[in-house]
Amino acid sequence: MGSDVVSLGALAPAFPEMIVAIGAVVLLLIGVAFRRERSALIAGVAIVLLVGVLLLVLFQGAEGVLFNGGFIADGFARYMKALVLGGSAFALIFSLSNAAEHGLNKFEYSILVLLATVGMMMMVSSNDLMTLYVGIELQSLALYVVAAMKRTDAKATEAGLKYFVLGALSSGMLLYGASLVYGFTGMTQLDKIVGMIVMGERSIGLIFGMVFLLAGIAFKISAVPFHMWTPDVYEGAPMPVTAFFATAPKVAAMALFIRVVTVSFEPITQDWQQIVIFLSIASMVLAAFAAIGQNNLKRLLAYSSIGHVGFALVGLSAGTSVGVEGVAVYMAVYITMTVGIFACILSLKTEAGFVERIDELAGLSQRRPFVAAMIAILMFSLIGLPPLAGFFAKWQVFLAAIEAQLFVLAVIGVLASAVSAFYYLRVIKVMYFDEPVAEFHAVPRELTFVMALAGFLVVTYYATVGSPLTAAAHSAAGSLF
Amino acid sequence: MIFSANILTVITFLPTVGALVLLLVPGRDERSNNVVRWISLVTTLITFGLSLLLWAQYDPTNPGFQFVENFPWIGETIGYRMGVDGISILFLPLTAFLMPLVVLASWSVTVRVREYMIVFLVLETMMLGVFATLDLAMFYVFFEGSLIPMFLIIGIWGGKRRIQAAYKFFFYSFTGTVLMLLAIMAMYWQAGTLDIARLLTFKFSPEVQIWLWLAFFASFAVKLPMWPFHRWLPEAHVEAPTAGSVLLAAILLKLGGYGFIRFSLAMFPDASALFANFVFVLSIAAIIITSLVALVQTDIKKLIAYSSVAHMGFVTMGIFAGNVLGVQGALFQMLSHGIVSGALFLCVGVVYDRMHTREIEAYGGLVERMPRYALVFMIFTMANVGLPGTSGFVGEFLTMIAVFEVNTWVALFAAFGVILSAAYALWLYRRVIFGALTKESLKGILDLDRREVIVMVPLVVLTIIFGFYPAPILDATAASVNLLVTNIANVAVAVADAPAAAVAH
Repeated sequence: MGSDVVSLGALAPAFPEMIVAIGAVVLLLIGVAFRRERSALIAGVAIVLLVGVLLLVLFQGAEGVLFNGGFIADGFARYMKALVLGGSAFALIFSLSNAAEHGLNKFEYSILVLLATVGMMMMVSSNDLMTLYVGIELQSLALYVVAAMKRTDAKATEAGLKYFVLGALSSGMLLYGASLVYGFTGMTQLDKIVGMIVMGERSIGLIFGMVFLLAGIAFKISAVPFHMWTPDVYEGAPMPVTAFFATAPKVAAMALFIRVVTVSFEPITQDWQQIVIFLSIASMVLAAFAAIGQNNLKRLLAYSSIGHVGFALVGLSAGTSVGVEGVAVYMAVYITMTVGIFACILSLKTEAGFVERIDELAGLSQRRPFVAAMIAILMFSLIGLPPLAGFFAKWQVFLAAIEAQLFVLAVIGVLASAVSAFYYLRVIKVMYFDEPVAEFHAVPRELTFVMALAGFLVVTYYATVGSPLTAAAHSAAGSLF
Repeated sequence: MIFSANILTVITFLPTVGALVLLLVPGRDERSNNVVRWISLVTTLITFGLSLLLWAQYDPTNPGFQFVENFPWIGETIGYRMGVDGISILFLPLTAFLMPLVVLASWSVTVRVREYMIVFLVLETMMLGVFATLDLAMFYVFFEGSLIPMFLIIGIWGGKRRIQAAYKFFFYSFTGTVLMLLAIMAMYWQAGTLDIARLLTFKFSPEVQIWLWLAFFASFAVKLPMWPFHRWLPEAHVEAPTAGSVLLAAILLKLGGYGFIRFSLAMFPDASALFANFVFVLSIAAIIITSLVALVQTDIKKLIAYSSVAHMGFVTMGIFAGNVLGVQGALFQMLSHGIVSGALFLCVGVVYDRMHTREIEAYGGLVERMPRYALVFMIFTMANVGLPGTSGFVGEFLTMIAVFEVNTWVALFAAFGVILSAAYALWLYRRVIFGALTKESLKGILDLDRREVIVMVPLVVLTIIFGFYPAPILDATAASVNLLVTNIANVAVAVADAPAAAVAH
């Protein structure tokens, strides 16, 4: 098979990945040359690099298929890559003001985030079971190390180890599934697998392969029942790292999930639909009830993210273009809310250190009214209350489910969202209805900016970003169908 | 007028603009608090002025939607659509009328004044939006969006058990409403639009209507509230600050009634006919049971809260009688109850501000020290009872005539409710106002001051004017209600004709 790369210009669709990868390597060299004192500078350069590539993806993104069909850059990939890059950039911004306290003042941190980002971009753009696996592994290996970055901390080490063991298990399942799919179709390229499925029988081996493949990916999006690692890893990892875990990797894995089921397994939609519906219901319901008892903010947000993955999957369960559009909107809104909420929490520091428990937020509305207002807005949005962005995201996914006549799923979903309101409201209750106990340190300026931006977008969603975002998601979903 | 094209947008979002201005007021001392109060008052007054202008420009002979704005917005589904007809128009001036009074009544609030005024102004936008929007999704946005400010109002400025009350309020409303959300989506896929004007002409098949009706019922029955979904109301009322109780009783409850007319009755006529008896039973239960419950209350606010539930029973009864008198009576009852119950909660607020208790036991003989208060309270008590000559009479009378045409038994039981309402309201008045002024703590109580008089006078005037001369309200609503009832009747005829036609073939 001859190479399809005939000139540098022909590589244009892969430029974003190449720039981030080369940037990571160059920064690594610089970091080694300079020694450790320059970790902030390297983080700054890495942020600029990510933002630059984000702009490239948004405004100059070439589309096409490369590397013998192993890599695809289409509208969907560009949309998801923009979210991934944004999430990664914010994760680095979060570590700027508090790197030392969280043990992240090492230049390797920025480089690992960059490498993970390359992996995620590969996942989003993968069009072959091989590139899919390579992307996942590149991302995961970087994330395992990042989770355990604070080596002196027992909890962080535990988180890293747990993440690694369970992640390795999921990779194994994914590989096993991929090998079965290859064995029964003879193809590894996603858009060729579909051709073989159409031509041949719906063999039981293929279904087995698909189930294992999806189980592996479900680990990565932490859908119930493959969610066990999430609360522990979120709790153990340093807060900026948790913020990173909760945003970009989720989007990348979700994009991968969508691409695999809608491209490769389109003819057997009935079969994967059941799986997605189960994952969705289980995630929404379990997260809604399990989060009620949590008093640790990170664990609460872990369950919250599990629940939100469940809601996003409501859209995918429909298996239609409207559904994928809904998931795309949902992930964008989810990332905005999550970034905002972590910016708020990271900005709260008392004499005893960073705020980790909900009751430490007591009376925040009197001590730090702006931060409290932002948290409240984001919590209301996470509940899905109009007129905030979270509502419009839920609207999109449930609209798709109703179109596909998945009424039971929809009813369970909205009732789960009513239950989940309970734990989000508890945070607001503690901040607004209780009396203050602790004094808080001043808020770093960049975090104020991030939370103000997130709050602004969430509140004015209908008037500002709602329409263009929906249009972008619409064309992104259109490129898959 | 320069506004005539988009006056509804201006009215709806002006309070939000005011809230944004409040964010910019510097300082947290008493002086900036006063600036905040005045900005809120001026904003609400301008909004009220504009809403009167809207009423003046409204053409009551045209039964369709007026002042329409219609743009596609998010994708092909949600649009930006505004417009009012005879059913919704009057709620805008009512809301805008009560807001300045509420702001005035809250002049004595000193805790977090800025936040207080901001949430109230945001709440005003939500309430106005519910009545002004013509997009079903946006209706949901405003309807549900009102939960956020109200939750905060009860939770932050409420009484001792405010947290439980706020949660109860939130979860009852939220759970009911999310089911309506799914019904809205189902309607979109059936009719292909969320434009209320177009949905009103779309015929949903009777089987689908049943499910949609039930989903909407889940939401509106909680909001209104109907017996037995009213459990959140007494607590929310008791714990909310005075201004919150006023808006809750006067406007937020009406969102449910408005929804019943606009959606349940107009869009699902077959299902409405099917469930009419079910609603009648619940209405009668509301009227009689909650009136009896009101009799034994020891807390003034709780008593008035239960009486609200009873009065809403007349509203649901009138709506599902399905004739012109019934719907008009229900609309009148809602507007009148908006004024009267709001005023009653303000009256409770007056004595609560002085004595910091709502126990009926703690009062007695107030007439000796507070003659002006006794007069005002009497007028509203009479209006609450439904005495002819007050606005409370017209609505109850119309709904009872209407339901008499449909089902005499229902009218009979509803009449018992009128007697009971006289019992609990007059007894309350006797215990609070009359009797000997023996309690030491009451000896120094002061009568209404000038600010309170300014708040009360407009309410008294309206209560009496609409009692003697209900024409402005009935005229404004007549054309649209006629159209609505004709549409329902046509459906009923078509259904009745269908078997005959089948036989003929």
